[in-house]
Amino acid sequence: MNLRTLLEEKKSSIVKKWVHVIFEQYPPDSTNFFLTQKDRFLNPVGHAISEGARDIFNALVDDSEPEKFYPLLNDIIKIKAVQDFSPSVAISFLFLLKKVIRVEAGAEIARRNLTPELEALESRIDQLILLSFDIYSKFRERIFEIKNDEFRRMTFRLLQRANLICEIEGEKTTPGEETVITNK
Amino acid sequence: MAVQKPEELSKVVYTFPSTPWMDTPVEIKKGIFCWGNKEKSLKAVGFPNPRQWSVTDEDWKLPDNWKEIFIEGLRERVDKYRSFRLFLDICVRCGACADKCHFYIGGGDPKNMPVLRAELLRSIYRKYCTTSGKIMGKVAGARELTTSVIKELWYYAYQCTECRRCSLFCPYGIDTAEITILIRELVNLLGLNIEWIAGPVANCWKTGNHMGLLPHTIIDIVSEFKEAIYQVTGLKVDLSYNRKGAEILFVHPSGEYFDPNGNVTFMGYMMLFHEIGLDVTLSTYSSEGGNFGFFTSNEMAKRLHSKIYAEAKRLKVKWILGGECGHMWRVWHQYHNTWFGPVDYLEEPVSPITGTKFENAKSNKIVHITEFTADLIRHGKLNLDPKRNDKYVVTFHDSCNTSRAMGLFEEPRYIIKNVCNNFYEMPPQTIRENTFCCGSGSGLNASENMELRLRGALPRGNAVRHVRDKFGVNTLANICQIDRATLQTLVDYWAKGVAVRGVHELVGNALVMKGEKERTTDLRGDPLPGKEGE
Repeated sequence: MNLRTLLEEKKSSIVKKWVHVIFEQYPPDSTNFFLTQKDRFLNPVGHAISEGARDIFNALVDDSEPEKFYPLLNDIIKIKAVQDFSPSVAISFLFLLKKVIRVEAGAEIARRNLTPELEALESRIDQLILLSFDIYSKFRERIFEIKNDEFRRMTFRLLQRANLICEIEGEKTTPGEETVITNK
Repeated sequence: MAVQKPEELSKVVYTFPSTPWMDTPVEIKKGIFCWGNKEKSLKAVGFPNPRQWSVTDEDWKLPDNWKEIFIEGLRERVDKYRSFRLFLDICVRCGACADKCHFYIGGGDPKNMPVLRAELLRSIYRKYCTTSGKIMGKVAGARELTTSVIKELWYYAYQCTECRRCSLFCPYGIDTAEITILIRELVNLLGLNIEWIAGPVANCWKTGNHMGLLPHTIIDIVSEFKEAIYQVTGLKVDLSYNRKGAEILFVHPSGEYFDPNGNVTFMGYMMLFHEIGLDVTLSTYSSEGGNFGFFTSNEMAKRLHSKIYAEAKRLKVKWILGGECGHMWRVWHQYHNTWFGPVDYLEEPVSPITGTKFENAKSNKIVHITEFTADLIRHGKLNLDPKRNDKYVVTFHDSCNTSRAMGLFEEPRYIIKNVCNNFYEMPPQTIRENTFCCGSGSGLNASENMELRLRGALPRGNAVRHVRDKFGVNTLANICQIDRATLQTLVDYWAKGVAVRGVHELVGNALVMKGEKERTTDLRGDPLPGKEGE
């Protein structure tokens, strides 16, 4: 038996445990809501994280290409980037997977001498962690961008009225995409 | 987003610390709160205890007798408003409301559960207004009022958009938004507000609108709209202001004069009024449909609201038509008659074009623009070409106030289906009376609280993303100026590629006007479908 077969066997218990510990990072009063409300529109956080965790685990076991992980991590980290987490805690859910795999399948892995395969798997999780840093930074940057865009939309007409925006002949000026602001 | 020190980082804690809510002190976080009010904004309306203070300072410079002011204020309101006392007394903490708040759903902070948010005040009420609380204290759910509790009340009262989704699910009918409203009113007694509300309130009191626009500015802006309409249609559209003896006074949110999405919605109104030859006027004094006073105190809401009826009386109009605004309609439908009673100097609204009597407006004499336009369409009074909106695949966001406070569900949808060929609903648990708030209402549409707004908008953004991916929806139509100004930002994060539009912008595009030139662009100057090369 190789690690892949073992992990496939233990998939449901590992994913369940992983999702559980991810939600333990939220206040205890909220953990239950995120875990039990199954309607994806009434519990978008619970749905995105539960489904995302399952898909990430499947992709890891299937040895998928890195591109496959990007949208999966994106959907989870996009949410975590606006919640009450420090950057380190926001992406710590991937570290938790390593821990869960060792708890759920560690003994079996040791017994079957699959430790080198586990190390390889953990390296791949480490790669996902690095990718998560990028994604987290991207969304934090995005928050500042949308703030900036909103501010520009709000002030566009003011600037236009104060003749502080120059329009280039033949080109339409739209809020957020103004061409030049003069030093009037 | 807290920045951790290296020694903290090395101690990785994977679980959340667990303490009972009363023992969990408030931690005021950046990205969640709005900046505190300025001294001058409170002074402008004669509010108590105006001073310069900062949310991030330890000392909020409360007046010496702050405790007495708060508790007396609470007792006074409990005696004055029977509903308030009832809402404080009858909650059995069943939890039906707990998971209905968009901020809780998106963020997971337990103090955003409506029941717990209300409990922040109930615990004070028990301590100072009930015998059991006075004697048994914590056992009876009571707690001491401290400066930390004041901060907590302020912090969480400005994390509720008063959208009333939670109230929909309360088996006792407790309106939790009313509790937020009263918490805000009480902290206002201590001079604690947010500038994003206090500033517009001061502006509105001084000039008649939140933006602080003076008459000449309004006229100037409208002349730009006229020019833009002329460019698109070749027609010279006029709009009168402060005209005595007009049949109808039109009141709309002043944000439409400044916000680009609002501008185009306003142009839609202008074109409609021109096309049907409506005898309508606007006021430069009563130039605000919205009412940020409503997010401050009952008294301030009443003060700001009164100008609309005063102006209707002065101009001797017969009835009032209201624009695409959100909370304006809650004020009209749920507060106006309590404050002023049925108006005796206006007439029951009748559409001069179709003869339809708006019997629903018999009492407060105001008709919603979508009721008016839907009636015109129903009677075949408008020549519409929905193909002009063919590039839009539309869904409709029910604004909290027009849906839950006045039950306006069908009219905007009826209009959209007549002016657009592609319309798809979001999932039923997220629309109509179940609608999810934009996350920026009730004066929280600032930018410094962006993380809070994004959390609050997650349930709505998630549903928008679903219809975007499933049906190719690229347009989110709505009838609220706060939605138009703020949802674009939030949708840009959660469902990129979807544009926010007012319903009357879509009407303006589709409206075939008498004598117009062949249109090649929409109201934004973008080419109409099939006219791309022209």
